[in-house]
Amino acid sequence: MTTAVETLREEPLTIGGRTFQSRLMVGTGKYPDMDTMVRAIEASGADVVTVAVRRVNLDRSKESSVLHFLDPKKIFLLANTAGCYTAADAIRYARLARAGFNDFVKLEVIGDEETLLPDVVGLLEAAKVLVQEGFKVLAYTNEDLVTALRLEDAGCAAVMPLASPIGSGLGLLNPYSVRTIKRRLHVPVIVDAGVGTASDACVTMEQGVDGILMNTAIAAAQDPVAMAQAMRLATIAGRAAYLAGRMPRREVAMPSSPTRGMLD
Amino acid sequence: MDVVINGERKQIRGGTLLDVLSELELDPRAVVVEHNRKIVRRAGLGGVQINEGDALELVHFVGGG
Repeated sequence: MTTAVETLREEPLTIGGRTFQSRLMVGTGKYPDMDTMVRAIEASGADVVTVAVRRVNLDRSKESSVLHFLDPKKIFLLANTAGCYTAADAIRYARLARAGFNDFVKLEVIGDEETLLPDVVGLLEAAKVLVQEGFKVLAYTNEDLVTALRLEDAGCAAVMPLASPIGSGLGLLNPYSVRTIKRRLHVPVIVDAGVGTASDACVTMEQGVDGILMNTAIAAAQDPVAMAQAMRLATIAGRAAYLAGRMPRREVAMPSSPTRGMLD
Repeated sequence: MDVVINGERKQIRGGTLLDVLSELELDPRAVVVEHNRKIVRRAGLGGVQINEGDALELVHFVGGG
């Protein structure tokens, strides 16, 4: 006799009407060189890759943009508004990015220089304007449920709570909050920022979130290409464990071997 | 003529925005142009003249998270 157990079925990740193969998304910053970056992105299996918008350096006009190294047929470019501290600046950067390639934007409005934590008031304001203009907004936010709900109400295509501060490598500090956000939202929840190593990625995916975005954990590893591969596997493992459904936690032991049939 | 490009005063020959990019040896496919706070799409660069005192922002895409 088999017992029918209801398990979760895997579904493709769709954001703003676009479907993606990998649940791991990666950044392109802080790599020691472009060749390492290209090989790390390849090893990560990511099909969404983030880039930043910056002034061209006029004294070194031959300097190539990062796009030169990325194959738009293989990867989907997601511009961020990193470095913006006001809604107005973030909106301006998003519009520039759209003129570059697509209408998806990873919206960041930073509120504090030391922690790079988001300014949720500015974030909501910018999100509303950009959604109105037809952008697919993926909003980088903290792990606050109410802000996440407001961002969803504002029409964001995805909400991106942090695991811990950008570039900190502290891992998932508040699994409960991230899990709650995932449970309550209908749009995809992509954890962005803060993972340090593969176990962090795995634990994050085990919360049931739809994906994870990281940059420094790969770029600042001693061997970025090897770490990218580890992150790819950890993301898959964490997702698979979530879908499998973990055993309940107990405060006391329970033997795995029979207690009957022991010798006198 | 005198213009401001990426926050710096510059002397350029002038012409259209496409001419400016060419003078600066920039590939129009790799740069997004903001002219006096208004974004000019690639296809429109050849149709917009630059004037004395105008402000240009020329941005591109760099590594980021």
